[in-house]
Amino acid sequence: MSALHISQLYKHYQLDAVRVPALIDINLDIQPQRFTVLSGPSGSGKTTLLNLIGCIDKPDSGEIIIAGQQVGKLGDNALADFRSRHIGFIFQNFNLLPVLTAFENIEYPLILTKMPAAKRKARVAQLLDAVGLSDKARNLPGQLSGGQRQRVAIARALATEPQWVLADEPTANLDSQTGAAIIQLMRRMQRELKVSFVFSSHDPQVLAAADDAVFIRDGQLQPMPAKTALGSVDSNNNQQQVAA
Amino acid sequence: MNTLSLAWRNLLRNRRRSMTTLLAMVIGVVAILLFGGYSGNINLGLQTGFVRDSGHLQIQRQDYFLYGTGNPAAYGIRDYQRVIEVIKADPVLAPMLTVVTPTLSLGGIAGNFSAGVSRTVVGNGIVVDEQNQLRLWNDYQFPDEARPSPLSNTAQNAASIGVGVARVLQLCAALQVNDCPQAKAPLSTTNAAADAASAPDDISALSELEAAPKSSSPAEAGARIELLAANTHGAPNVAALQVVKAEMLGVKELDDMSITLHLKQAQQLIYGNDAPQVTAIVLQLKHTEQMAAAQARLSQLLQTEFKSLSLEVHDYATLNPSYGQITGMFAAIFSFITLLIGAIVLFTVGNTMSMAVVERTVEIGTLRAIGLRRGGIRRLFVCEGVLLGLVGAGLGVLMALLFAYIINHSGLSWMPPGNTDPVALTVRVWGEPNMILGTAIGLLLVAAISAWWPARRAAQLNIVDALRHV
Ligand SMILES: Nc1ncnc2c1ncn2[C@@H]1O[C@H](COP(=O)(O)OP(=O)(O)OP(=O)(O)O)[C@@H](O)[C@H]1O
Ligand SMILES: [Mg+2]
Repeated sequence: MSALHISQLYKHYQLDAVRVPALIDINLDIQPQRFTVLSGPSGSGKTTLLNLIGCIDKPDSGEIIIAGQQVGKLGDNALADFRSRHIGFIFQNFNLLPVLTAFENIEYPLILTKMPAAKRKARVAQLLDAVGLSDKARNLPGQLSGGQRQRVAIARALATEPQWVLADEPTANLDSQTGAAIIQLMRRMQRELKVSFVFSSHDPQVLAAADDAVFIRDGQLQPMPAKTALGSVDSNNNQQQVAA
Repeated sequence: MNTLSLAWRNLLRNRRRSMTTLLAMVIGVVAILLFGGYSGNINLGLQTGFVRDSGHLQIQRQDYFLYGTGNPAAYGIRDYQRVIEVIKADPVLAPMLTVVTPTLSLGGIAGNFSAGVSRTVVGNGIVVDEQNQLRLWNDYQFPDEARPSPLSNTAQNAASIGVGVARVLQLCAALQVNDCPQAKAPLSTTNAAADAASAPDDISALSELEAAPKSSSPAEAGARIELLAANTHGAPNVAALQVVKAEMLGVKELDDMSITLHLKQAQQLIYGNDAPQVTAIVLQLKHTEQMAAAQARLSQLLQTEFKSLSLEVHDYATLNPSYGQITGMFAAIFSFITLLIGAIVLFTVGNTMSMAVVERTVEIGTLRAIGLRRGGIRRLFVCEGVLLGLVGAGLGVLMALLFAYIINHSGLSWMPPGNTDPVALTVRVWGEPNMILGTAIGLLLVAAISAWWPARRAAQLNIVDALRHV
């Protein structure tokens, strides 16, 4: 499984006449099969970077190679197919389809990859079990708590066995206890399934659980802060490399 | 979890809005089908009337249709009996035919010379039994009974006239015509009386001669009139007729002009001792759909077997221009209503789908992020529109059938133009599968088209913007 390469990435937003630089010359490799956190103050560009990594947005310039694919070269449909196979998303607001049950929400990405029905059903059941929601399979999202919804969302993100799972502030809408449980779940799933997690967070719990951390401020990568600030982050695992 | 079931659930999500949209569609479909059923019924009613009256096809001498009224006798069909026999025996035509009957049109002056009044009339000589058979045609199962000709079982000299003719000829009392106030004496009473006294002397004499052998007892029902016409040689001839009935024909021009008599009597008047002729041979078919085939075969016969007779064929629509005019008018109104409703449905569904797209922007962004292609988003929303259309069409058809049933069993009646009796108000929806199917498919198409634009917009959404949408 290959690393995520980002080089010379620029992105700006145009607000009326004002040009807002959101990412400036990002050069970054993120190691696979790890729990990597993007952190930084509000408005620093975490979401923007995750969107670019997730191939749902296009950079102004620069290159991203993810899952061995130079995604800048893909067309719209190819990108959609690429996302459905290689990238899972976990959203701050869970973003489950309200008309689908927990089971169906998890099943949906598998339908997109055209997995045969029998295999699909088995896979969903297994995922539901893994996130501890086997008894809620038939519940609609409206009938689930926030934490349960995020579990469904995690299962959905993992359904197609993607190489990368991206989560933008997955615990921001949860109380700290539920948030901690969700982080634990993600951590466990990441280890068990050997996927690569990248997510943004302000949450110290999340930072504490991370293998690697990337700091960003005003759209630019920051040198590593003191280890002490990172708590349990293992310095050996600190893979942040600012490419030349 | 296919697109269809996802679309269906999304529709159920906002029940009230879906219901309102459905209601608009149902009302539209009901309006189209009921009006279509109503006008379709009128068209078939008209057709039935014309087919009962003058058949599907008529064989006439060339140009009779255009010039014949001026001098019908000049356009007689010689040897018409043979023509009829050949047609009846023709292996192609025979199985399609219900009635083949000759008629003779003539122009003349009808007079009640004892009252000193007369007027020009258009006469029609008919074979009564065959005309009665014509009137039995009911291929579209109309509930009304065909009334037999008033000339049924009457003597050779019997005639029926329009009520307008009866009024002018002052026969109201004798023929029990209502709505016939005592005619005010014309201003020039003396002149008229003088005219009546002087001019018709010889005619009265002629008619007296004609009538002499018959005993016209005053006890006989009806009234006696004389019909004066020019024979084939241009000489005047007169027939004494016993009017058995004054008929309401529904159209004033006809009421004021028409006289119907037995074909034999009419031929006697026009052709005397010469070989009798007719001005038209009326053909009635079992079904109107057979008309093209029958017409083709007839044309063939007319160009070979009967070439020397120089005949031509006309269909009922040509013979009765009002048929095309009335059906055309209804078609125009129908098109207008359909267009209007189509436009309303277009905007209603378009609006509903647009609102759905706005409401579900975040969902659209999520689906796209998960890996649904633009086409998938488009399909989803178009599918919702089509589903709405499908349900709307289904419910609409059911409602239209229900309303049609209620109307048809409500005992309502109305007076169609050119009719003398009120007719049950019927709408033909059931049994018009083409109209139903056409309307349903049309609605589906409109719904699909109106969902297409919002769906396209949804598919074009920028994923990140959609996800940020609040
Ligand atoms: N769609 C947009 N239009 C204009 N400016 C934007 C847009 N999205 C982000 N920005 C700007 O780009 C910069 C980076 O935003 P981004 O959302 O990536 O920050 P963030 O690190 O995710 O912040 P937060 O922690 O508050 O979520 C900010 O200055 C923001 O105002
Ligand atoms: Mg953010």
